[in-house]
Amino acid sequence: MGTLGELERAVMDAVWDAPEPVTAYDIRDHLQSEGRTLAVTTLLTVLSRLEKKGFVTPDRSARPHRYTAVASRADHVAELMHDVLGTSSDRTAVLERFVGSVSDEDAAVLRQLLDRAG
Amino acid sequence: MPPSCVNSSTVPAETLTIIGGVDDPALAGAVVIPHAVVVAGAVVFGLIAVGLAWPVPVALARATWPTRAPVMALLLWQGIGLAGGLSMIGALALTGYAVLPAHAFAALIPAGVFTVYLLAHLAATTVQVTAQRHRHLALLELLTSPHPTRARTRVLDDAVPVAYCLPRGAQSVTVLSQGLLDRLDPDELVAVIAHERAHVEQRHDLLLLAFRAWRSALPWFPIAARAEVEVAALVEMLADDHARREVHDEVLARAILQVGAGGVPGAEKAVSGSTRVGDRFRRLAG
Repeated sequence: MGTLGELERAVMDAVWDAPEPVTAYDIRDHLQSEGRTLAVTTLLTVLSRLEKKGFVTPDRSARPHRYTAVASRADHVAELMHDVLGTSSDRTAVLERFVGSVSDEDAAVLRQLLDRAG
Repeated sequence: MPPSCVNSSTVPAETLTIIGGVDDPALAGAVVIPHAVVVAGAVVFGLIAVGLAWPVPVALARATWPTRAPVMALLLWQGIGLAGGLSMIGALALTGYAVLPAHAFAALIPAGVFTVYLLAHLAATTVQVTAQRHRHLALLELLTSPHPTRARTRVLDDAVPVAYCLPRGAQSVTVLSQGLLDRLDPDELVAVIAHERAHVEQRHDLLLLAFRAWRSALPWFPIAARAEVEVAALVEMLADDHARREVHDEVLARAILQVGAGGVPGAEKAVSGSTRVGDRFRRLAG
């Protein structure tokens, strides 16, 4: 995950923050106000990558194209957390968690260890 | 009669050539195997296949020693999976020969179909898991920020304490939630990170992938599902052992309690600790 990923995140944040569909020019101005200067061509490249990944959808009837987020940030966080918190074995091969939820019985075993250790 | 090299003109009627008809002059000197040996081979391979599909893995799943020697147990599970698959293929091939001694190609069809079936499941599982990881990584890029000091580590701005790694070879990412960073002491965090690093460095993802493919290929074998659960639990023990080299057992136990015993909203309810999953915690206390 290099700088391109960070750029996508900044552009996506701009799309999420905007109350209505935005153009690449709107995003440039938004990022400019945060102190980041980016060319519109760069932003269009990033937007087309985000479109391919299914995160934004363009309105091609408008000139310049106006982009909308496919889902809200909260929806995507929910999707991410669903991957992480599910215990179905279909997900165990996708990512490896430190620990799932510990049963009361197992928690008691661990507390005993801590009591003994003082 | 032992298998030997003989001229085709001297081959008795009850023997079988591997390659084709006995009258073929091109086969002078070809290896021929008596029919009885083929049948005996099919029976032996069949018995090995049955043994590796049922009593052997059941005994290993019930044994208590794997908790003390997870590396050895994981090697055994891999051996059982691999040898089980190969012995099934071998039994099918030899049975084919025993039934159709004169039609080498037709005799090999069942074994070939089964081999392709197993490989197709491995390929399909790999594609599916890779696609899910790809999507998850895309979400991570948008929703998490890089950890200020740790390489290939990202911070998820969420109050739920979670830590996990997304294995992608050299581009593996470790994800820590803000809730976890807020809740854990520095030494508990060391334990969590050492645990996740072990998963990445020891390529546990490949093991889990292989056993998941095995289960999806043989869903009518209850032991395939059991093997997957066992391997997943043993892999956690290995990662714990890695963490225990850097921190005391109590620190790891505290970290597990902090992360796992909080009653995470949205998480599915934990199952009782009678399985290998519970052994992970008991071995820390033992």
